[in-house]
Amino acid sequence: MEPPLRPRRRFRQPSVLPGFGLTLGYTLTCLGLIVLLPLAALVVRASGLGLSGIWEVATDPRVASALRVSFGVSALAALTASIFGFLIAWVLTRYEFPGRRIVDAVVDLPFALPTAVAGIALASLYAPNGLVGAQLAKLGIEAAYTPVGIYIAMVFIGLPFAVRTVQPLIVEIDREIEEASATLGAGRLHTLTRVVLPPLIPAVLTGFALAFARGVGEYGSIIFIAGNLPYVSEIAPLLIVIKLSEFDYGGACAIATIMLGISFVTLLAINLIQAWSRRRFGYV
Amino acid sequence: MTGSTAIRVENLSKTFDTAAVLHDLSLDVRAGELLALLGPSGSGKTTLLRIIAGLDFPDRGRIVFGAEDATRLPVQQRAVGFVFQHYALFKHMSVADNIAYGLNARKRSERPAKAEIKRRVGDLLDLIKLSGFADRYPSQLSGGQRQRIALARALAVEPRVLLLDEPFGALDAQVRKDLRRWLREIHDRTGQTTIFVTHDQDEALELSDRVAVLAKGRLEQIGSPDEVQEAPVSATVLKFLGDTIEVEAIAQGGEVRVDGRLTPVTAPAGLVGPVKLYARPWQLQFAESHEAHLHGTVRSSYRSQGRQRIEVDRPEGKTVVVEASDTARLPAGRPVGLRILAGHVFAG
Repeated sequence: MEPPLRPRRRFRQPSVLPGFGLTLGYTLTCLGLIVLLPLAALVVRASGLGLSGIWEVATDPRVASALRVSFGVSALAALTASIFGFLIAWVLTRYEFPGRRIVDAVVDLPFALPTAVAGIALASLYAPNGLVGAQLAKLGIEAAYTPVGIYIAMVFIGLPFAVRTVQPLIVEIDREIEEASATLGAGRLHTLTRVVLPPLIPAVLTGFALAFARGVGEYGSIIFIAGNLPYVSEIAPLLIVIKLSEFDYGGACAIATIMLGISFVTLLAINLIQAWSRRRFGYV
Repeated sequence: MTGSTAIRVENLSKTFDTAAVLHDLSLDVRAGELLALLGPSGSGKTTLLRIIAGLDFPDRGRIVFGAEDATRLPVQQRAVGFVFQHYALFKHMSVADNIAYGLNARKRSERPAKAEIKRRVGDLLDLIKLSGFADRYPSQLSGGQRQRIALARALAVEPRVLLLDEPFGALDAQVRKDLRRWLREIHDRTGQTTIFVTHDQDEALELSDRVAVLAKGRLEQIGSPDEVQEAPVSATVLKFLGDTIEVEAIAQGGEVRVDGRLTPVTAPAGLVGPVKLYARPWQLQFAESHEAHLHGTVRSSYRSQGRQRIEVDRPEGKTVVVEASDTARLPAGRPVGLRILAGHVFAG
C-alpha cells in the first residue's frame, strides 16, 4: 500500500511557473536593501532623541503646524486630483475628438517635469502679478504664498496618478452592462452611480493613495509657490531641510520619522478600505 | 395562443458608416408568439433587435408598439427586456440584486415595496430553478446559470416584449440544448411575446412559433418552421435552413429534368429553361445507373446517430453529401448512381 499523499507545505502550490523560493527571496532582499534599510537608519537616528525627544519635536507648534499643512492639504489635493483625474480619464477613453492623443500625452508631463521647473512655472502664474494670480486677486483670493498655492502644486503633481490608475479600468468597462441597465429602465444617473462607478472604486482609491503620498513627500514644486511662512504655509519637508541646514540632524530625523509613521498608517488604512471595496464591488 | 400584432416594424432602413445593414424591412410580431430572427452573420438581425429595443435608431422607418409609435422613444421608456449573448450581468451585485435591479431603478412613486420586490425576486428564482442562489455573485456561477439570471432580470420588469440576442451563443452544446427546452417551457408558461436572434437553424426551428429568415438586411421569408422548410421562397432561405445539393436542371411545362431524365420535382408555373434544383441529403437515393439522375464515385462515408452520410464525387468536380439509412457501408472508389426523390427549383 502506498502511503496517502500528504500536503507538505501550504504556501507552495504547483503551478506552470514555479520559483516561489527564488522570487520571494529576491523580493525580500531588494525590499530590505532599497526600502527598509534607509528607513531603519532614519528611525535609528531619530531614536537617539528617545521617545520623549520625538514627542517634544512633534508637539513643537511650528512642527505640528507644518505637519498639519502637509497632510491636510495633501488629502484635499488628492481628493481634488481623484475627481478631476477621473473625469479626464473618462473623457480620454470614452470619446473620440481631435487632439485626444496629445491631451493623453500631456497628462504625463507632471511626472516628467523636474519639480523645481513646475514650482517656478506655477509661482509665476499664480503670483499676484501673474497671469492667473492677478485674476484671482480681483476675486480676493490669494493663491501664491498661502496654503492655496501648496494645494495647487499638489493637485498638479498628483493628477497623473489619479488619471493613470483609473484609465485602464474605464477602457475595460463592458458597454453592454450600461445598455442592460438602460433596457431595465434605469436613468443615466442611476446607471452611472449603481453600475459604472462601483467597480471603479478600488482603482480610484489607488489613485487617491498615490496622489496623497506624492503630495506629502513633494518639496521642489511647492516651496516656490508656498511662500513658506512658518505656521501658515510651511510644509514638513521644508522644515526638515531647515533643520538640516542648522545641523540639527536629530530633529530632522525626528520629523521625518513622524511623517513616516503618519504616512504608513494612512496608506495602510487606504489599502484596507480598498481591499474591502474590492471584495464588495470588485471581482468578488 | 398568438393573436393581435404586438410590434410592427415598418420599412426600416439603417446604414452604418457607408454599409447598409437594413433595407426597407417590414415585419409584424404577434402578441404572445416566440419569433426567431434567423440569418447568417451580417444579415442585420442583431441590428434589427437593437432597433426594436431602442439601443440603436433607424435612418428611416418606424417601430410601433401596439398603437404607440415608439421609433423615437428612449430605451428606458420602451419596457423591453433585453438578454445579451454575454449575459451583461452586474458583477458587483448579488444574484438577487441583479434581478431586482429594474424594480429598484424605478422612481420612488412607481417602485414596489421592499417586501414585494423580495417576493418577486423569489418567484423568478423559482422560475429559473436557482432558488438557493440569491446571495451568490455572478462570477460564482456557470455560463448557463448566468444566462438564466439575465433572463430573470429581464422578466422582472414585466416587459412588453422580451428580446434575446443570440442567448445561447456563448454556451456549450449540452447546456444550449437544455436551455432551449427550458426557454420554450418558460415561454409556454408566461406567454411572453419574445423575439430571439440566432444563426443556428436548429435552434430557430425547434424553439419558435414563427421564423423570420433575414439575409443581407432584407426579410427573405417569415412563417412557421414547417412553412419555411416545406415552401422556401428563395434559394437563400433553402440553403440557410440546412445542407443542400445543387444540381443544374431544365424546366419545361412544370416538369423538371436532370441529365435528360424526369424528376418527381415540379417547377412553378412560368419557370422555364435552365434552372437550379436543390435537394436535401436525404432527398437522394442510391439507384441503378439507368434510372439515376446523377453519377459519381464514393469518396468517403461515416456513421452518426443511426444514419450514414456518404460523400460522392461527381465527374464535373463537385462533391455531394447523401444521407442514407445505416446499412452496408459503401467502399471508397465505388461508382454509384443517385436518384432525386424530392427538392425545390429556383431560377438559376
